[in-house]
Amino acid sequence: MDVRSQISMVFHLDKCIGCHTCSVACKNVWTDRPGTEYMWWNNVETKPGTGYPTQWEDQEKFAGGWEKKNGTVNLRSTDRKRLVSNIFHNPHMPSMDDYYEPWTYDYANLFTAPEGPDQPVARPISRVTGEPIDVEAGPNWDDDLGGSPIYAENDPNLDGLTPEQRQQLFAIERLVFFYFPRICNHCLNPACVASCPSGALYKRGEDGIVLIDQNRCRAWRSCIAACPYKKTYYNWHTGKSEKCILCFPRLETGQAPACFHSCVGRIRYLGVLLYDAERVEEMANLPDSELIEGHRSMILDPFDPAVIEQAKRCGVHDSVIDSAQKSPVYKFVKAWKVALPPHIEYRTLPMLFYVPPMSPVMSQQNGDTVENLENGFFHDIESSRVPMKFLANLFGAGHEAKVTYALKKQKAVRWYRRAVTVGDITMEMAIQMLREADCTPDEAEALYRLTSLCTFDDRFVIPPAQREEALEMLEGAHEHRQSAGFGFRAGPRRGL
Amino acid sequence: MSKDAKIPWIADEVSPEARGWEEFYRNRWQYDKVVRSTHGVNCTGGCSWGIHVKDGIVTWEMQQVDYPDLEAGIPPYEPRGCQRGISFSWYLYSPLRVKYPYMRGALLDLWREARGSHDDPVEAWKSLVEDPVKRTRWQRARGKGGLRRTDWDTSLEMIAASNIYTIKKHGPDRIAGFSPIPAMSMISYAAGSRMLQLMGGLGLSFYDWYCDLPPASPETWGEQTDVNESADWYNAKMLAVAGSNLNMTRTPDCHFAAEARHNGSKMWVFAPDFNQVAKYADEWVAINAGQDGAWWMAVNHIILKEYHHEKQIPYFIEYTKEYTDAPILVELSPKGDGYRPAQNLRANRIANYKDVENGDWKFLMWDANDSRPRMPMGSVGHRWGTEKGKWNLKLEDGVDGSKIDPTLSFLDQNDGVVQVELDDFGEGTTLRRGVPVKKLQTVDGKIVVVTTVYDLLMAQYGVPRELPGQYPESYDDDLPYTPAWSEKYTGRGRETLLRFAREWAETALHTNGKCTLIIGAGINHWYHNNLMYRAGIHALMFCGCVGVNGGGLAHYVGQEKLAPGESWGSIAMGKDWYAASRLQNAPSWHYVNSDQWRYEKSFTDYHTVPKDQPANSLAQGHTMDVQVKAVRNGWLPFYPQFNRNSLELVGQAQADGAKTDDEIVQWVVDKLKSREMQFSVEDPDAEENWPRVWFIWRGNALMSSAKGHEFFLKHYLGTHTNTIAEDLAGDSLKEVKWHEKAPEGKMDLVVDLNFRMDTSALYSDIILPAATWYEKADLNSTDMHSFIHPLSPAVPPCWESKSDWKIFQEIARKFSELAEKHFPEPMRDVVAVPLAHDTPAEIAQPAIKDWITGEIEAIPGKTMPGIKIVTRDYRNLYKQFNSFGPLARDNGLGAHGTHYQIKDHYEEAMKKLPTEKWGGEEYLSLKEDEDVCNVILRFATVTNGELAYRSYKNMEEKTGMPLVHLAERSRSVEVSFKDLQAQPKRFVNSPMWSGLLDKGRAYAPFTYNVEAKVPWRTLTGRQHFYLDHPGYLQFGEHLPTMKPKPLPTEYSDLRFSKEVGKTMMLNYLTPHGKWHIHSTYGDNERMTTLSRGCEPLWMAEKDAVELGIDDNDWVEVHNDNGVVVTRAVVSARIPRGICIQYHSPERTYSVPKSPLRGNRRAGGHNSLTRTRLKPSLMVGGYGQFTYHFNYWGPTGVNRDTHILVRKCPVLKW
Repeated sequence: MDVRSQISMVFHLDKCIGCHTCSVACKNVWTDRPGTEYMWWNNVETKPGTGYPTQWEDQEKFAGGWEKKNGTVNLRSTDRKRLVSNIFHNPHMPSMDDYYEPWTYDYANLFTAPEGPDQPVARPISRVTGEPIDVEAGPNWDDDLGGSPIYAENDPNLDGLTPEQRQQLFAIERLVFFYFPRICNHCLNPACVASCPSGALYKRGEDGIVLIDQNRCRAWRSCIAACPYKKTYYNWHTGKSEKCILCFPRLETGQAPACFHSCVGRIRYLGVLLYDAERVEEMANLPDSELIEGHRSMILDPFDPAVIEQAKRCGVHDSVIDSAQKSPVYKFVKAWKVALPPHIEYRTLPMLFYVPPMSPVMSQQNGDTVENLENGFFHDIESSRVPMKFLANLFGAGHEAKVTYALKKQKAVRWYRRAVTVGDITMEMAIQMLREADCTPDEAEALYRLTSLCTFDDRFVIPPAQREEALEMLEGAHEHRQSAGFGFRAGPRRGL
Repeated sequence: MSKDAKIPWIADEVSPEARGWEEFYRNRWQYDKVVRSTHGVNCTGGCSWGIHVKDGIVTWEMQQVDYPDLEAGIPPYEPRGCQRGISFSWYLYSPLRVKYPYMRGALLDLWREARGSHDDPVEAWKSLVEDPVKRTRWQRARGKGGLRRTDWDTSLEMIAASNIYTIKKHGPDRIAGFSPIPAMSMISYAAGSRMLQLMGGLGLSFYDWYCDLPPASPETWGEQTDVNESADWYNAKMLAVAGSNLNMTRTPDCHFAAEARHNGSKMWVFAPDFNQVAKYADEWVAINAGQDGAWWMAVNHIILKEYHHEKQIPYFIEYTKEYTDAPILVELSPKGDGYRPAQNLRANRIANYKDVENGDWKFLMWDANDSRPRMPMGSVGHRWGTEKGKWNLKLEDGVDGSKIDPTLSFLDQNDGVVQVELDDFGEGTTLRRGVPVKKLQTVDGKIVVVTTVYDLLMAQYGVPRELPGQYPESYDDDLPYTPAWSEKYTGRGRETLLRFAREWAETALHTNGKCTLIIGAGINHWYHNNLMYRAGIHALMFCGCVGVNGGGLAHYVGQEKLAPGESWGSIAMGKDWYAASRLQNAPSWHYVNSDQWRYEKSFTDYHTVPKDQPANSLAQGHTMDVQVKAVRNGWLPFYPQFNRNSLELVGQAQADGAKTDDEIVQWVVDKLKSREMQFSVEDPDAEENWPRVWFIWRGNALMSSAKGHEFFLKHYLGTHTNTIAEDLAGDSLKEVKWHEKAPEGKMDLVVDLNFRMDTSALYSDIILPAATWYEKADLNSTDMHSFIHPLSPAVPPCWESKSDWKIFQEIARKFSELAEKHFPEPMRDVVAVPLAHDTPAEIAQPAIKDWITGEIEAIPGKTMPGIKIVTRDYRNLYKQFNSFGPLARDNGLGAHGTHYQIKDHYEEAMKKLPTEKWGGEEYLSLKEDEDVCNVILRFATVTNGELAYRSYKNMEEKTGMPLVHLAERSRSVEVSFKDLQAQPKRFVNSPMWSGLLDKGRAYAPFTYNVEAKVPWRTLTGRQHFYLDHPGYLQFGEHLPTMKPKPLPTEYSDLRFSKEVGKTMMLNYLTPHGKWHIHSTYGDNERMTTLSRGCEPLWMAEKDAVELGIDDNDWVEVHNDNGVVVTRAVVSARIPRGICIQYHSPERTYSVPKSPLRGNRRAGGHNSLTRTRLKPSLMVGGYGQFTYHFNYWGPTGVNRDTHILVRKCPVLKW
């Protein structure tokens, strides 16, 4: 057992309001420079929709992630060996058409336009060419079902729905959308790392954060093709690729990453998971239907004395073990099984998990009027507007059972809390609901509290970074204290 | 940190040298300081932000998360702040920033020339404005480029000169100021407002103009608006969300709704489109746009039938008796062989109470024990009587104090059942339904037929109680207001409705009222918003949900809570120096002055009223005529007030022999009676009645809020307009003077304070660079939460910008400097003021009588506007501006009818805070922004517990109820500006507000009224189901009802517009958007990038297909009022027949030209709207129907607009 610690995340989609505050928080701090305009380390997508870059989930087109072949897993795109042959042509590389051409406006014209016969205006201007541009795409173009005939109807996750089901999804009876915020998943089996010919990508041992070394990157861009989530980006200005760094400078100082801190829907949780690194290859090789269970089984019980002992032996700091025991992520993912990884069939073993969203009850047309379907005070999840198959394609490698389980448990907790706080539902019935959902009153209470009453400190349990120990490997912490910040700032340079 | 990775391709990088590069990102994360501020923007978010400064430059902002907790069991507030707020730092150094003063080049050239030939700037201004060619020169150039950078001195001099000229020539009430929602940055609002009030200028309202004021709130509660703080949603066990997109507009609060759901609360959402909040719902009811009233009317039908009549739920019945007007007796007036409901029976009509004081304003209940009418305490007559201690909600007789057991219904004990005529506006007919009555002898010996409000409600809602008449037999009968009836309007099935109504009532009865109706612009912006709101409110009142935590009407649109209201109000309105202010309801002002009244005929073209109106009824004719009547009778203000200069009247009166102030006032009355002097509103197009100078700050008065924007461009600015509407009103007017040609370009000068070049700035004459919210000290409060926040300078005002306070202070300085010569002596100003809410004017007019006809005496402050005389000291205006004046110090403060003395605190504060010495006196200083903040905090009840205690003490005397205990716990609280910078502070209990919030209790409105039995500020002191104002009876809105939406053909937006090419007519909706707060933020790169780079038109997929429009195509959207050219967003989530352009675009970016309107630059959303006012909302001098700024008056409705849309054939920039 090779016990390692990983900072992991849970996004509670039922609470997500699609505001994109997280995206702007990230952009303000990290990607507001030339070359990074189009980078959205954190973005929020409307589902159904095609996301950003558009159709990123279509691996036929982009060939990201791993595929299971001959008893092992291989990168679908290019690996180090094949890179050389494809060096000038990677057919799976997203182009500007898949992203968008960044633009601004000729704002100055409002101040400087000479008096004329008509009102001056600030026209859209390309950030690439500096010329006027007809804006045709952006990083959130299909927001809230905008352009649904083009985007939502072509969501790759609609695979497996009959044409009739698909059509119904855009009629009033079933019309629905929800939000899907995304950052780098900081995977256990990261395709980006594996794909880099320069060895510039690495996964930090102490916290599992995946980084691109801004000195070593040689702009092969193989990470961009390899990442099935399209969460690495090429900076055309510096000639280096960049990606979400999980705000490690903030984490190292005990602060939640910017997108987490700023999440005004309070949907985000962050904490340590201990896992068994020996089992990564084995898990990545499981059949689709077993991936979720297998992935979950790698996550170790931080209260188990054997795990603790082995963790210490593997160099995991006491404070990190302590942190893992308080981790809200552990509860959602492992203890309660209500948070699921996105597209685990890509086999990168993502360490970001989603609590699937509930949605309103379906309706039906009755002559001139529309009636909501009725089946109880809180409707059954089977009559939700979101088809289970669609959610299963996103969060269950196509299998509905895990998603249904997570939703049923959420629903049962609501019945239970209704019984506790109002009493128009009997406690007997509520307990029955819990039982059917594999939940106890104690668990329901805990799940409710972490969902509803959570404080900042409940949501973000950040392990102490013990930076003095890390620095000691280079220079004494005392010396570092004296000299920190002295020096001249210089960014990475192209090629070097 | 194992080194031997088991996966060969996953290399741990442990070499410290190799990881040295990580400094790259660490360096970025370094900053020098974090300063607490917030955004003074009209979202009422009130979020606490940490502004990060690096190298002396603001780099980014991040939410502060140190809000004090509320009581246990409620989720915390952190973090607060949305996608828009977090994008603000983009503006500071952006190319959109106004860094220097700018002036319209044409004006600047003329000014330089004029100053060359006139030493006196006032003379120079005169030479320009009195020359029609020159005046037209810069007016025509408005909005068309040619801006020139200038300097502060030039700008200030021109502004001061124009003010002095205008005051001398026309009077100070031709100088107007518009700035919205003071709570968002209250010092900045107060800056301009104070300067204008000291000068005698006018302040324009905003809440009603924005159509955010829900008139149903004053109608029901006598309260502008008071709502639950968002944390209180968590206490609700049923959340009905109607016309309010929480995710979109209440972004930082929305989590409470989700968290409540996970705590077992159920959430229903009503919206025509599948919008963001629909995603959050348990049940989404895709109600037809603007038909929510029909839904709630039918809900009430079910609640009354099942839970009141059949089950008689004790909690509901007792609540209805104690806290509503349901038991109040109403007289029925004979009509044919039946009756119509009339006014409440007045106490003095009954022998027992014939001599009581204010007997016209006290009311009766039928006492079940005594079997006779009894007069409860708490009515408006008690409020303004000489006998103190009887204005309370105890069910006791107002004369002898004996207990009253009110009878709700005469069903079981009556003198007969009569047929009462009820209006069915949907079908345009009347119904007759049996109502049980009592017959009473009045003091004049006559027998009157009375019933209770409750029995009338049972009849109106159509609850079958085995009484004769046109009652429905079942829910399936298509008669008002059954579930079957509602389907015709809502398009939603009766089974869903029944289930909703029952879940609502069951939840309320299990929780004693924890049902909350979250409601907003999606309903409030329709013409008949008050009727829809009232229906929803009734479902709350019938189930005892108002005044309990987790219950009530949570109206969220433009609502704000300027928490420290008493001290702020004194400063902002200049009340510390002058007792009379000129506060104008903007809807009337714009309707009249921008000549939008000229483009419509009688309002009954689109507003359904009962047939058979009496000759002098208010419910007929042209809105403009009702407007004139409203001003003449003192119901609404209007400035300019007279067709003469208000500064010259005193001299003229004295010349005519008037000596005392009373004689001067009488002289004014005589001149009005003889018609020698007229109200300006009677002839708004006459040159002497035009507004002349307009200050705009903190708002986008020419675009976002300019309903009828194109008419603003035409009649105010005199520049190009895209409207093709033609005059229609000529024949339908009686009271107002008609000019064949309407004037264009009424405004001499438009001054805009701004940090960004928005549409208002682009069209103004002078643009002054304003400090942003990260560059000044200010205060911010809201009703979304109960904390007060500072705005703080993270960096000094950038480039040449200044804070709003400093800008108006500078204008005041320059003005006083020029006044040395032009106004060497104090000037006496005659100020006309309307009858005011929370004053004895609430009992001024028991009947509608017009002094102009001679049917009643003209008595200022009673039958006509009040007339006050104040002495203005223009030479010292600058010093007054900087000093917290003597009227506050000596007379004390108050708001919403409260009062407390502050003299001792004032003197104490002088020892600590800076002071100003002049004229032999010393005052607390208001010189620096932070001083103003501290004075406001020091003298407001919510931030000074001792003053709250005092204010409760004063209220105890009025009500006779124990109240000071509410302030006991917070008596020692005293909050300073520095305290707020350290951590957000929660308000303390104050009688200025209707909720109680100590010990971490979430604020819910009217808990004070329910728990402490302090009356609502209404006619009966109770919550009103029944509105017995004579005007309401004429309009048929005395009872809850449903009026049909105005039809597009009748609404006259499409009389002159032609269909060119494949075209479709759609209802044009402008709800609040996701990527901006009104127009702010919408033009910054963050928001344009995350949206579609413009403000697109959202259309239904099938409508688009019919028009051959693809997603992202350019479309041309037009009607008589104007034109918009934008891109289409085609979406399945939009229903057919409506389209949405989110409020609010700017004309400044990404707007091409319109082929249909001569290839001129197309407009914004308000290019397609035109103001219509609902005349029933103009009445006054009667209980809660009495004017107060932003509290009462017609609202700027806009949602009934229809447009034509087509694919734009050619794109031209």
